[in-house]
Amino acid sequence: MDQPLLELKNVTKDYTIGGGLGLTAKKSVRAVDKVSFTISGEKPTISALVGQSGSGKSTTARIILGLVEPTSGEVLYRGKDVRLWLKGGRKAYRREVQVIFQDPYSIYNPFYRVDRVLFKAVKKFGLASSGKEAHNMVVESMRAMGLRPEDLLGRYPHQISGGERQRLMLVRILLIKPKLVIADEPVSMIDVSLRSIFLNNLQDLKNKINMSCIYITHDLNIAHYVSDNVMVLCHGRLVETGEARSVVRDPLHPYSQNLVSAIPIPDPDRRWKDTVTIEQATFEELRAEQGCIYSHTCPRVMPICKKEIPPLTEVNPGRNVACFLYTGK
Amino acid sequence: MDPILEVEDLRVYYKSIFGDVRSVDGVSFSVNPNEIFGIAGESGCGKSTLVEGILRLVVPPGYIKTGKILYKNTDLLSLGQEELRQLRWKELSYIPQGSMNSLNPVLRIEEQMADSVTAHTNMRKEEAKEMALSRLKEVGLPEEVARMYPHELSGGMKQRVVIATAVLLKPSLIIADEPVTALDVVVQKGVLQSIANLRDRHGITVIFVAHDLAAHAEIVDRLVIMYAGRIAEIGSVHEAFKDPLHPYTKLLVAAIPSVEKEVVEGIPGLAPSPLDWPTGCRFHPRCPYVMPICSKEEPALEDVGKGRFVACHLMHLMPSNAPILE
Repeated sequence: MDQPLLELKNVTKDYTIGGGLGLTAKKSVRAVDKVSFTISGEKPTISALVGQSGSGKSTTARIILGLVEPTSGEVLYRGKDVRLWLKGGRKAYRREVQVIFQDPYSIYNPFYRVDRVLFKAVKKFGLASSGKEAHNMVVESMRAMGLRPEDLLGRYPHQISGGERQRLMLVRILLIKPKLVIADEPVSMIDVSLRSIFLNNLQDLKNKINMSCIYITHDLNIAHYVSDNVMVLCHGRLVETGEARSVVRDPLHPYSQNLVSAIPIPDPDRRWKDTVTIEQATFEELRAEQGCIYSHTCPRVMPICKKEIPPLTEVNPGRNVACFLYTGK
Repeated sequence: MDPILEVEDLRVYYKSIFGDVRSVDGVSFSVNPNEIFGIAGESGCGKSTLVEGILRLVVPPGYIKTGKILYKNTDLLSLGQEELRQLRWKELSYIPQGSMNSLNPVLRIEEQMADSVTAHTNMRKEEAKEMALSRLKEVGLPEEVARMYPHELSGGMKQRVVIATAVLLKPSLIIADEPVTALDVVVQKGVLQSIANLRDRHGITVIFVAHDLAAHAEIVDRLVIMYAGRIAEIGSVHEAFKDPLHPYTKLLVAAIPSVEKEVVEGIPGLAPSPLDWPTGCRFHPRCPYVMPICSKEEPALEDVGKGRFVACHLMHLMPSNAPILE
């Protein structure tokens, strides 16, 4: 099985801002800038897409899900363009590509019982032939995720915790058994004590149903904990990719280094000694940038960085960096 | 050194048709001048209600059942509204949760900052704007920000504007409720460092409320861990992380994902409901070291030496038969 599960080729998305009532000038903001990557179809992997807010993580996710159309570039899912998958309805694509959103509070309709999202999925995708079978499937899947069906079935959203709501989304994934799941900051709104349970569940699912996952987060601790690979986005461009541990423990791109050094360490004996590097460029400057998108802020900027865009280049096996510091120029 | 703030047996309840919701249920601690005092705990444990209680900002159906809040030896609960107004902003300042999203969208930053100065002093607007400018610089924002509108600023910049506004009149004590939640790591680091600077450079005492223990580890001096409306443990941040005494603290510290940990365990079970706290120790249904006494008697917060306070029956066991907390 050589065909990649997912392939992004030079995906770009421009958003137009302004132009309201024809009174203000129209401008465009490039949210995603020629992003290319591949998710292998060989074995299931969890790939973290990391970056600061505004780096284009969620836009990339929405493009993969087919919720946003890219301005240019291609997204191929199992070799077929997502636009073709979506032609004539989303059902076929949704059967294979699912999503877990950030906010476990707003996705549930407060008037319906929480198990509705599970039974709806069973029904819509025709997973069970009878009501009894559907019930058994739901109960079994809940148990498999370490949840107690007797505590959750028939409950309303306000009666259960944020952590349980997100884990019910994993139960839904287990029922549908998609090949790819996009998880957009799924634990950022749940308590620390419940986060690791969700993350451990997600990892179990990966092997259990042979599912790959693109995990979107700004928290490198979590990326390191949950994922196999990490891709770092900076202002819409991929600046570093590689195996999760090596990227987080030894980041090469100055942007990734700044991101890693900002992780608070849960150890009062090792507090920050340096001050953080904050983005220096304005939107205008970023829009006009001819060279490296991080060159306004980078503490190690060189003359070439202002002239050319550094290509994403393999510097170590499996490790790609878009930075002239490593390409020997 | 006298504490700047002493809270004694504070109880803040909310009236509901099911009875009182006992969100803060007998909390006592003191804050020393010039320290960063952290309050941590899971959502729903009463952190925000506690600070609203301290500042007397509880609104119906909430009410303060009992307690004493001594600020520089004055009981805030005995003051009238006008006396409180005199104290607020000049002495005691507050950064509410999510306040960066409450900036007025149609006023320039300097205008809204100046408003809070003129409301509390006799200063003229022009002077107030000057003052706003210097505070913005102190939190690391460029001067241009003063003339901008909130929508032109990023989340981290807005949060700094809120911090600058809170320190306008150089208060002695600032209470910041979840000031870095919803900010990304890089911006969070900047804001945390601005907060640490308030103390380091300006000698302001800070009460820092956050659910994220790693943020506490970076800036806080002493830490209180709350659980279910009560205090589980108080101590230096160093001890809370290196030698946690309460099982809840222990599990909470172990639940932080970190680059250095291979496996992270969560805390099984659910945070209890404030309408119906468990009997005895409120943590007993989730505690791995539960003993028969735990469901019967509520442990008191006791001084265990070295400035540490713990509410746990395990503290009374003889060292020889004490279960080993691993």
